[in-house]
Amino acid sequence: MQMNEPTQPPTAPDSAVPEAWRAAVRERLAAGERVLASLEIDLDARLRFGDGLVVVTDRRISARAPGAAAWQDWALRDDLMLRKRDHAGVGTVELVDGARRIDHWCFTLGRDTAAQRLLEALELAQVARSSGTDAQRPPPRCTRCQAVLPTGSEECAACAPAPAEAPPSTWVLFRLWRFARPYRGQLLLGFVLTVLATAATLVPPYLTMPLMDRVLIPYQKGVPIEPGTVGLYLIGLFGAALVAWILGWARTYTLALVSERMGADLRTQTYEHLLGLSLQYFGGKRTGDLMARIGAETDRINLFLSLHLLDFATDLLMIVMTAAILASIDPWLALVTLLPLPLIAWLIHLVRDRLRTGFEKVDRTWAEVTSVLADTIPGIRVVKAFAQESREAERFREANRHNLAVNDRVNRVWSLFSPTVTLMTEIGLLIVWGFGIWQIAGDSITVGVLTAFLAYIGRFYLRLDSMSRIVSFTQKAAAGAKRIFDILDHVSSVPEPAHPVMLPKVEGRIQIEGAAFRYGNRAIIRGIDLDIAPGEMIGLVGHSGSGKSTLVNLICRFYDVTDGTVRIDGIDVRSVPVAQFRRHIGLVLQEPFLFFGTIAENIAYGKPDATRAEIVAAARAAHAHDFILRLPHAYDSLVGERGQALSGGERQRISIARALLIDPRILILDEATSAVDTETEKEIQKALDNLVKGRTTIAIAHRLSTLRKANRLVVLDRGQVVEVGDHETLMEREGAYFRLYQAQVRQGDESDEASRHKVWRDEDTDG
Amino acid sequence: MAEFALSRDPFGRLVLTGEDGVVHVAVVPVRAFPIGAPDEGLSLVSADGHELAWIARLEALDTARRTLIEQDLASREFVPEIRAIRAVSSFATPSTWTIETDRGPTALVLKGEEDIRRLARSSLLIADRNGIQFLVRDIGALDRASRKLLDRFL
Repeated sequence: MQMNEPTQPPTAPDSAVPEAWRAAVRERLAAGERVLASLEIDLDARLRFGDGLVVVTDRRISARAPGAAAWQDWALRDDLMLRKRDHAGVGTVELVDGARRIDHWCFTLGRDTAAQRLLEALELAQVARSSGTDAQRPPPRCTRCQAVLPTGSEECAACAPAPAEAPPSTWVLFRLWRFARPYRGQLLLGFVLTVLATAATLVPPYLTMPLMDRVLIPYQKGVPIEPGTVGLYLIGLFGAALVAWILGWARTYTLALVSERMGADLRTQTYEHLLGLSLQYFGGKRTGDLMARIGAETDRINLFLSLHLLDFATDLLMIVMTAAILASIDPWLALVTLLPLPLIAWLIHLVRDRLRTGFEKVDRTWAEVTSVLADTIPGIRVVKAFAQESREAERFREANRHNLAVNDRVNRVWSLFSPTVTLMTEIGLLIVWGFGIWQIAGDSITVGVLTAFLAYIGRFYLRLDSMSRIVSFTQKAAAGAKRIFDILDHVSSVPEPAHPVMLPKVEGRIQIEGAAFRYGNRAIIRGIDLDIAPGEMIGLVGHSGSGKSTLVNLICRFYDVTDGTVRIDGIDVRSVPVAQFRRHIGLVLQEPFLFFGTIAENIAYGKPDATRAEIVAAARAAHAHDFILRLPHAYDSLVGERGQALSGGERQRISIARALLIDPRILILDEATSAVDTETEKEIQKALDNLVKGRTTIAIAHRLSTLRKANRLVVLDRGQVVEVGDHETLMEREGAYFRLYQAQVRQGDESDEASRHKVWRDEDTDG
Repeated sequence: MAEFALSRDPFGRLVLTGEDGVVHVAVVPVRAFPIGAPDEGLSLVSADGHELAWIARLEALDTARRTLIEQDLASREFVPEIRAIRAVSSFATPSTWTIETDRGPTALVLKGEEDIRRLARSSLLIADRNGIQFLVRDIGALDRASRKLLDRFL
């Protein structure tokens, strides 16, 4: 990254000081004094929330603690130092000299980067002071990629975070338009058909008017019925019904077709997006919940689009058309007829909010119910082993009870809603009857007009009733859509680079510089530097929890570093497209995962177009060929979800074959042999030796003996590298590695004994 | 319980001198059950993460040492207790909540509903974006408006 030209030294505090403090700081600066960095603190010494500021200038450190009235100053001197530590979400910066702690300030971890900059600024100022030069403010760097930022900007253009999410509402449904777009032609056709079909259904009530006024009423007055006229009207009625039937069918079919496709698109896109999210996302979610979202929620949205929304549109059209027809026949009567409409609309609005939150809650409890299943079924062996079936059943019952309680609450509101609308309908009809009779008595309208009105509003109010139902459906669909868009809007914490750098050929050099990783408030990796040459084998050693797996996850880019960089062949891994980068990495895990399918398919998982010869060659190299041939269908044998029919060692060798087949430049072995006994381990080790040849390899192993072949051993402790060297050097040094090794040698005899027993038992069951 | 002496050095760090006379600097007290049983089980852990002393009950300790430990805990333990929720920016996550805590008013950013952890029937632990844990000791004790806002996320 090119360094920017150093800008003119600013005399006034500018971007180095937060807006709110600028005036206060400017006031205190001496002539020519320059602010190098500042940290806004939000906690006082007793960890109560409050605002304060720590400033580092080229001459002194100034601080105003939260709640304190005055500033405190410390002129720079040689032994003055800032130190930073954090615990449980609280960071502390301590000002120390050689003898004691002078002061300390606390802040929440959101300001961690600013604190880091403050420390760096003081270091620079001290260096400048001792060498007598001008202290330059360290160029601001992007917190994500550590690239030097252009002057005046706070964020790196490449890594700018996504804007905060807008609050969702029913409007979230409009975002579904994105999925409707490809089908706009069919949608338009469907709409036209809807208009026509609705118009056709409105013809019959209109014909009741002349039937009444010209046929029935005159007949009562003694005029005989004319069969021709009546026939004509009846044919008209029949024709309208027939046309409405055909059009209705065409419209429903067209629109159902479209919505079904939209639903499928929605489902696949959500799943695709989900697969693109980082491991961090999956770590925080429950499988059951995600499954419910992709399965049930998309289905609900689909149903809403194909059925409820369609009905609603039809209803709305019908109401508008009916209102127009009624107004054209008799405006006054129309006015009276339409009077209950606003009342019902208001009622709908009233219930809307209560129902929406209710339905969201129902969804969440539903996800909870599925989560219980998803937690328990994969762990069924543990459940049975500890005889906790009744406890799990109780947990499920409890989740269901919660579900019931939430549903009951929603239903209480909901059940009141429909009858109320029906009541309104009846009252509306009553008003029309009354007003109509009064009008007829005054000779303002004919009996036919009243009959037509009653026929119309019979449908009209009926529609209102069904329209009111749309409220709940819309709310349900909106809640569903929100949960879907929660996934779709989630930006992967391992983002695809904006300006990807292609990585056509990989040598296999890995450089890790100042890498740090934080999970929640826990720092797992802190400041690791490591340079791995192409073809070198590195053994990662350390207690569990020392950060070995996390380091490997950072190299694979399952997570991104919080600080520092990981580079492959000198290129930041964050600037390489994720999929392209991972193609060069072969991964063998402790718990090999076999997908449902044949053994051949499982071996070819990373390279689906592999030839059979390649598959067999890979299996041979992985020492898996022989046992595969012993299976009833050899390479075509089906293996289950967790490869249940195969032993741990066999599954592991299949996963090694899988890694061999893609011929990666970089190989990662994460406790590849720790789940098996020593005998099997020897088999696997032979397979691994084939795999390691000529590749950059990073191996994590609990058993240190498996790392004999490593060029260098890297000993990690609590997220930091404590020792690097080969076995002999590290043993001579008698440090952390020596202690680890000694501990294992002591245990060695016992575990050998134990594993021998295990081998016998395995053979017993195999035979 | 092994006997040990405790003091504070000028850097503000706890210094533990064990029975064997070995001096450990920057000792950290850690509660074993910070939420479930804060006063039961407390471990003094060395800077490199090994347990040096186990204190079954803090009350059983003499005042001088207890004060030292309590001081240290007070400067490190940070679980603000939510007293009231004034406003939330949205009912979908991420959502910014304006809250009152026992440590003064502040705001928290809730990343996802799964960051709300139910501890017991009526108490919650809410993790904000920066990993701070906020505690709701008793939902029933919150005022009506806060309960209503909170309810939308449960």
